[in-house]
Amino acid sequence: MEIVRAYFRSPAAIVGLFLLLVVIAMAASASWLFPRDPLALAGRPLVWPFTNPRFPLGTDNSGRDIAAQIFYGARISLLIGGVATVIAVLIGIVIGAVSGYYGGWVDNVLMRITEAFQTLPNFLLLLVLVAVFGSNINTVIIAIGIVSWPAPARLTRAEFLSLRNREFVQAGRTLGLKDLKLIFGEILPNALPPVIVYASVVMAVSILLESALAFLRLSDPNVASWGNLIGLGRDVLRVQWYVSAIPGIAILLTVLAVSLVGQGLNDALNPRLKGR
Amino acid sequence: MRVLNLAGRRLAASIPTLILILVGVFLLLQFAPGDTVDAMMAQMGGGDARTAEDLRRFYGLDLSVSAQLGNYLWRLVRFDLGFSAIYGKPVATVIAERLPATILLMTASLSFAFFFGLILGVIAARGVNKWPDTLISTVGLIFYATPSFWFGLMAIVVFSIYLQWLPAGGLSDITSTATGIRAVLDTARHLILPTLTLGLIFLAIYLRIMRASMLEVLNLDFVRTARSKGLDETRIITRHVLRNALLPMVTLIGLQAGTMLGGSVVVESVFSLPGLGRLAYESVVQRDLNTLLGIIFVSALLVITVNFIVDLIYARLDPRITTGV
Repeated sequence: MEIVRAYFRSPAAIVGLFLLLVVIAMAASASWLFPRDPLALAGRPLVWPFTNPRFPLGTDNSGRDIAAQIFYGARISLLIGGVATVIAVLIGIVIGAVSGYYGGWVDNVLMRITEAFQTLPNFLLLLVLVAVFGSNINTVIIAIGIVSWPAPARLTRAEFLSLRNREFVQAGRTLGLKDLKLIFGEILPNALPPVIVYASVVMAVSILLESALAFLRLSDPNVASWGNLIGLGRDVLRVQWYVSAIPGIAILLTVLAVSLVGQGLNDALNPRLKGR
Repeated sequence: MRVLNLAGRRLAASIPTLILILVGVFLLLQFAPGDTVDAMMAQMGGGDARTAEDLRRFYGLDLSVSAQLGNYLWRLVRFDLGFSAIYGKPVATVIAERLPATILLMTASLSFAFFFGLILGVIAARGVNKWPDTLISTVGLIFYATPSFWFGLMAIVVFSIYLQWLPAGGLSDITSTATGIRAVLDTARHLILPTLTLGLIFLAIYLRIMRASMLEVLNLDFVRTARSKGLDETRIITRHVLRNALLPMVTLIGLQAGTMLGGSVVVESVFSLPGLGRLAYESVVQRDLNTLLGIIFVSALLVITVNFIVDLIYARLDPRITTGV
């Protein structure tokens, strides 16, 4: 309760939560407001926004309703942000926990691998993964999760390093708790808050990564993703710039919402760090 | 000397990392559907199985995976990155042609982000929670959330199409025959928009870190001492606070080097710059796996080099780092 009250003390956090709720509402109401396939032909191509009441945001180069694509795109972005983040954070937690808890050669090996992932530019690795495994939406999501785990892993490891010799862990050890139980039952709950906050950064980056991939036409062309629409609009950028502009604003607002919520959570969970 | 020693040791420690990356990506690429020969055959408009077999033997693709990997690593030791079947040139040559544009773009973006991030961060920290701080922090948040390629497209619409102030792409004007200083200015004009596009998100990150680290250092005892000695505020900021507050910024350069390289893939595609990033994209599309592997090797080297330089700067800013070992 205290945390909720602390969260709502920050206006930026409230704005963020509001924006996020709007995006979620858009995703939820998409099939209700736009029962037709968003990628189906809807009218004449390149209708400007606000000129035809049937297409409030206009149509793209091939005559598809932009508003419908924006609403369905909210689903894709939330799906990508959510699932890729869960994958990245889960891998990160397991590797970071094992590495920080055991130390020694296990830590050495795991940190070498983490370092390798961090040395390799993650967008390049994403390109390689997509080139190898194809650009189906599921593979794209998994690939984004796979390139994003090193930072949560490092964070978890740092938390575990500072927690593993505390009294409650030693007490657990004397009681004869198994390693697994100690790691996931005792230490992890204490190490989790900063990782959860960091998950918002991972989510924001995942959404941006997918949109960049879609813009390069390496993401799934069969889903209504905002990045795909920006890539399409590039062909008509000189005159009908709105085709690219509208989905870009949608991405901007979504990523902004996720970051604001993350920052609000951070301030609410660590009140002493407020203002930094 | 101790500084070099320390940085050198860090450099040596990155060799296993490099090998790990190469072996990992090499094995990963074995899963790729179709190899270079398939792509070549497709480009030639098809051919019989015999030709494909001959080509595979020519490029050493008929050997076992471990033998191919061994061959590749052994060639790397001699700085031979293999041959690009698509470009018809050695991979090293192809990459060398593309590297300058990327390094130019990265250096320009990094300087832009670092310089303005520093200034804006200092301004925000000095007026903490007043309107300049709120304004700068809000703008920073928005920049952070902006997809770079979209910002690039919108910048093209505004500055190249409507205002016609700046060129929309390329590295230089192909119709101009300018040399010397005029050519440099021409390239600089072409680089303004790409630099802004790539640097924007880093500007947002740097100003946030700079602000936080300024606030932290401003509360330390030695700053209070300096104040009580009666030094004026500007002097305290420039001589006492800045040097200490810069440390996290410098760390960040090393951490973000890889991200920046990744970002250049997109930015170079938006502005059709002949750089490494676009080469990476093209080699993915064309299944030029040899070139892709070469790019990954060179990018990893680049990131390691940046980190080496960061270590040197770091030790120079904070002498305790070398004595602490």
